[in-house]
Amino acid sequence: MAQQRLKLRVNGKSRAVSVEADTPLLYALRELSDLNAPHFGCGLAQCGACTVHLDGQPVRSCAIPATAATGEIVTLAGLGTAEKPHPVQQAWIDEEVPQCGYCVSGWIMTAAAFLKTNKNPTDAQIREALAGLKCRCGTHTAILRAVKRAAQVMAKGAMAKGVAA
Amino acid sequence: MNAPLSRRALLQAAGALIVTVPLSGAVVAAPVAVKPGPADLDAWIAVGRDGRVTAFVGKFDMGMGLDVAIAQMVGEELDMSADKVELVMGDTFRTVDQGGVSGSRGLANGGVALRAAAAEARRLLGEAASKHLGAPAGSLEAWDGAIWVAGQPKRRVTYAALVGGKGFGAPIKWNGQFGNALAITGEAKPKAAAKYRVVGKPMPRRDVAAKVLGTAEYVSDLRVAGMLHARVILPPAAGAVPVSVDEASLSGIQGAQVVRQKDFLAVLAPVEWDAVRASRALKVSWSKPPPAFPDQAGLYDHIRKSPSVQTSVGPKIGDPDAVFASGARVIEAEYEWPFQSHASLGPACAVADVRPDSATVWTASQKGHAQALGCAKLLGRPPGSVRVITMIGPGAYGRNDAGDAAMAATMLSAKVGKPVRVQGMRHEGTGWDPKGPASVHRARAAVDEKGAILAYDFHTRGFSRAEINFTENDPKETLAGQFAGYDNKPGHNLGLPEDSYDIPARRLAWTSVAPFLDRANPLRASHLRDPMGPQMHFASESFFDEVALATGQDPVAMRLRHMTSARDIAVLRGAAEKAGWVSGPPGARREKRGDVLVGRGVACGRGHGTLIAIVAEVEVTPATGRVWARRVVVAHDCGLVVNPKGLRTVIEGNVVHGLSRALFEEVAFDRSAVTSVDWATYPIIDIADTPETIDIVLLNQPDIDPTGAGEPTTRFVAAAVANAVFDATGVRFRRAPLTPERIKAGLRKV
Ligand code: FES
Ligand code: FES
Repeated sequence: MAQQRLKLRVNGKSRAVSVEADTPLLYALRELSDLNAPHFGCGLAQCGACTVHLDGQPVRSCAIPATAATGEIVTLAGLGTAEKPHPVQQAWIDEEVPQCGYCVSGWIMTAAAFLKTNKNPTDAQIREALAGLKCRCGTHTAILRAVKRAAQVMAKGAMAKGVAA
Repeated sequence: MNAPLSRRALLQAAGALIVTVPLSGAVVAAPVAVKPGPADLDAWIAVGRDGRVTAFVGKFDMGMGLDVAIAQMVGEELDMSADKVELVMGDTFRTVDQGGVSGSRGLANGGVALRAAAAEARRLLGEAASKHLGAPAGSLEAWDGAIWVAGQPKRRVTYAALVGGKGFGAPIKWNGQFGNALAITGEAKPKAAAKYRVVGKPMPRRDVAAKVLGTAEYVSDLRVAGMLHARVILPPAAGAVPVSVDEASLSGIQGAQVVRQKDFLAVLAPVEWDAVRASRALKVSWSKPPPAFPDQAGLYDHIRKSPSVQTSVGPKIGDPDAVFASGARVIEAEYEWPFQSHASLGPACAVADVRPDSATVWTASQKGHAQALGCAKLLGRPPGSVRVITMIGPGAYGRNDAGDAAMAATMLSAKVGKPVRVQGMRHEGTGWDPKGPASVHRARAAVDEKGAILAYDFHTRGFSRAEINFTENDPKETLAGQFAGYDNKPGHNLGLPEDSYDIPARRLAWTSVAPFLDRANPLRASHLRDPMGPQMHFASESFFDEVALATGQDPVAMRLRHMTSARDIAVLRGAAEKAGWVSGPPGARREKRGDVLVGRGVACGRGHGTLIAIVAEVEVTPATGRVWARRVVVAHDCGLVVNPKGLRTVIEGNVVHGLSRALFEEVAFDRSAVTSVDWATYPIIDIADTPETIDIVLLNQPDIDPTGAGEPTTRFVAAAVANAVFDATGVRFRRAPLTPERIKAGLRKV
């Protein structure tokens, strides 16, 4: 197989990596030594630990070739920062959700995308949106609390913006 | 326990007072003074020139807030807020061997030792301040690193001025033990709980933000300059060994190489994806051993019929045989629990950098000091020569695959002379991690006509939880070591259930059967969260419900009438009250809500010194076999509550993990291999099945030293659920897990 040089857009920056035609996006991202999350959990699109946003949509980076990731990639570290965490991240911090935390890319990236289009979700809608993601430490009840908290904060934020505009 | 790693020995080995100790990765930290042994206060507590306090802890926080709780205990004794206390954990060169993460002993051992050290440090600081200020020690007050004469705040001196950067140079009494048994006591007595200002307050955790912002460095994130990526090649069948290896099959992959040491086989490459490709491309012909396993359907018969290897009987109370022979009414039942997998969220990863004159291993194993000893043995180097740095990993619930990865990385790095990073693939993590043992439990009770239990007999029969040790203190305890020819002699240990009942005659016992193979195999059993706890208490606490049913008693009332300890009673009452328990025999509250049957179940008892009662309210959908534990109430008494905020999340995690194991988890295997190898074949709980409510009642006992919370709740979840399912359906499920298929099949029979 032939190596190719690829330019990925990661967290707003252009990053060069060498990949094979079949290198999954996850492995390409993990070649960038300044990036910690996403993680390898299964490599089978079954758990979500490798989730990133590709053009705003959550994708499981273990299951798509790096060469197909031509859009804007956002990882957990690109979603928000210590100074300006994403509301979902802030909710995760407030609720102290993670135990080992290895799973959080899946839950947070999926929840962030979900809440963008679902302003006032019910418990059942949240469970449906997050179905299939895995957490082995059993932090699920804290996850549900955090998503609800984030939804409230985001709804308030949207209202405040609405008034300002 | 582990061979003593004395700081002095190390110091002599280093031949200097100061050695340079690189922290993780390529970062080289400022020189760190080699610390003295456990009998020196300076091994435990340091006050920096800036007045910051550092506590050195031979345990590790697995994301349950142990670090914060210990900081609170240390801060309390030193009269300072916990956020001024820094912790050094997970570094065998900087901490004493306190046994690592083990048996929910983080606070009971780890915290209590540090509390003693901090109290002693405070005493010495008081003495020094008294001299410095010319005032009696009894007249001094302290807060946040300053000591002053009461009522004269200007007559003050700081901890930093007294000992900052210098150390205490004082002894502390040490019991000569390492590991969980290590204890130290100073001349100073720790504070009375009534004076607490720091302990008992909710404190935020320190690890959360980095995990949530994607900046936390996991062991799998570590990049050491020049490291190679490795994949271990595992046999397709238990007991198979490589006959020939075709190295030419890797020729198309850049830089790929094969390492073989006896039957241990691995591929390495500079780029991770190339190592994965190499592991798939490598052509190996394997021996064809006879099938190692029975048909899965025959697992429990295998356990019943295999020869007994070792039997252990707990302290005998009264004469149960005589009671059983007396003609009293006897109730008996048998319960079965399958092999279960750790199935940590990611397969294990470790990095090792073995050089001629030093060796560093980065691991997410729970037992760093034991790992260091095992790696030193592997390398034929003296104990204390390998530095193990514990990093966060993809979850650990006991002896998972982390230690196997670390030993493999060490072996490979020594072979190739470069740093090596090993990570498994998903099917290797779930397929080959050490398993929680499968078991069969027989319970018998003799009751009188009023329903009082006169005699109780409980016998567990199953695979030993010590087929490999719960630490990696020897290569023979690891997969890599066993493949490489280190022969292991399996240990034998199961355990006894811990109930809260005062029964006049009783016998508790266990019997182990031989492992399927005495060498590396994917069904070797070891410690999985609360080793044997869920198995035994699923059986014993289901059984007490059966006794309640057979004698027409309310399960809570029947339990209470057999309890004599006030703490046990308070815990069970606490859970029942919070749950709004309605009295009646099991099944009496059978209730239908639309398509679902609703029931309540209770289970309670003790674990690791902690007292727990659980009431589960379940909904059973007969059409689909789904069991949803909609509401779970836990009453929890673990002595002194150090950090209620952290404790609640830890208990919630126990409940959900426990539900997952009670309802979904079962290792599947064929005659030669484990076939549950990923999340499709080894399903765990989904968010859809997470309880709507987990109510937690904390019974704080300020004057009783803290006991563990990391795992004991797990052991009572399955019984509470099975009892609730009986209440809802009238069908008793005695085989775990209560999967939808089993529920449907069970309900069809009625
Ligand atoms: S690692 Fe990609 S979904 Fe599990
Ligand atoms: S927090 Fe450990 S897997 Fe989710």
